[in-house]
Amino acid sequence: MKSPPFDYCKPAALGEVFALLGELGDDARILAGGQTLMATLNMRLSEPSILIDITGLSELRGIRVQGDRLYIGALATHTDIEQSPLVAQHAPLLAQAAPHIAHRAIRNAGTWGGSIAYGDPAAEWPCCLSALEGTIHLQGRAGVRRVSATDFFQDLYTTALEPGEIVVGADVPLATAADWAGFDELARRHGDYAVAGLGISARFQGTVAHRVHLSFLGIGPIPLRARRTEALLAGKTLDTASIEIAVASLKSELDPLPDLTHTADTKRHLATVLARRLLQAAHASRAAMPA
Amino acid sequence: MAPLHTLQVEVNGQDQVLSVQPRQHLVDFLRNELGLKGSHLGCEHGVCGACTVEVDGRIVRGCLTLAIQTQGCKVRTIEGLSNDGDVRDLQESFIRNNALQCGFCTPGMVMAAKELLERKPDATREEVREWMSGNYCRCTGYHAIVDAICETLAERAAKSQKVKA
Repeated sequence: MKSPPFDYCKPAALGEVFALLGELGDDARILAGGQTLMATLNMRLSEPSILIDITGLSELRGIRVQGDRLYIGALATHTDIEQSPLVAQHAPLLAQAAPHIAHRAIRNAGTWGGSIAYGDPAAEWPCCLSALEGTIHLQGRAGVRRVSATDFFQDLYTTALEPGEIVVGADVPLATAADWAGFDELARRHGDYAVAGLGISARFQGTVAHRVHLSFLGIGPIPLRARRTEALLAGKTLDTASIEIAVASLKSELDPLPDLTHTADTKRHLATVLARRLLQAAHASRAAMPA
Repeated sequence: MAPLHTLQVEVNGQDQVLSVQPRQHLVDFLRNELGLKGSHLGCEHGVCGACTVEVDGRIVRGCLTLAIQTQGCKVRTIEGLSNDGDVRDLQESFIRNNALQCGFCTPGMVMAAKELLERKPDATREEVREWMSGNYCRCTGYHAIVDAICETLAERAAKSQKVKA
């Protein structure tokens, strides 16, 4: 289908974006990579009167280390992140997740900020930000505010973004030698919406996991942290016994939303398959390291 | 109707200046305004990949890109790519391997494979399958398509070995 008519503008300064959003409110939509927005427009699920193209704002670009965080500007594309040596070094979870996002032609256009602002619970970046306890940078006329990923993703497609604000970037803590990251997801076709996915960020001392963050995608209305199971794993060696305890715990802790083709039971099962695989990989990688 | 915007864009090496509706996506622009019918529209919501074109050297979904977003960009379509001769070997391999039946998906397949050949010259068969997973072939001729791409990768690798030696 074809999109309904709308007007278009491409501001040269952030101030113009905030002025337009203030004036037009909900009639305006922010356009960055457009990989979700364009599809919803073509299907006429959304009928804004104007698109505000923010891709001319160079201050929203870039991937850089800032103190003990890796900052990624909203306009970084999925491909930029996938190919960034800084991301590979400092945020390996993001590097592992990137190839799972849709397909190359979409990763070349879709953006970090767009994925975060949309807040799809089946999307990879919200899941990773939740696992890494990243911080989202929001800006509006009143200035910049920073919101933790835990507080940002509130409900299905519902975030802490206030009217008149946009996502300008997000940062994650720099990975250290004590950190382990793993990401995997199960999809019918590579790159399609995953039935279930899991991002893990864990900190070890030797083979003992001090803290393990388990963040699931495609399971709940938001990227879902399995906090009860995480608590059971803290301070443990991730041997077979610990992993089986975690899997049993996940079966009672996770209460997945079914989708059109998968029941809650299927999703719960697949979530535990991913957990077992990744926790085993984490343990194997630590056990192989010299003491 | 929203007002028309002036779009200046280079398409297959030729400068174009036209008035466009903001809502017009890139493939409608290429097909209807410029008569470049090689880029196809299948699903029009980013799933099938038949509309794959290149913007500033990177492949994108032409149906998920507004024409007006390519202001000042360099766009290349299957027509331009074919004329440039960059993928003549790939096209010959498609023919040799019977990697096209109805042909509807082929321009998108060739555009997508082009970026793979450039970026991942040592891709394995599994990586080729993953890379090409964003393009549907409704004739389901996937094996032949993957064969054609793998063969081209191998030919190019052999050629670059020879150049080095």
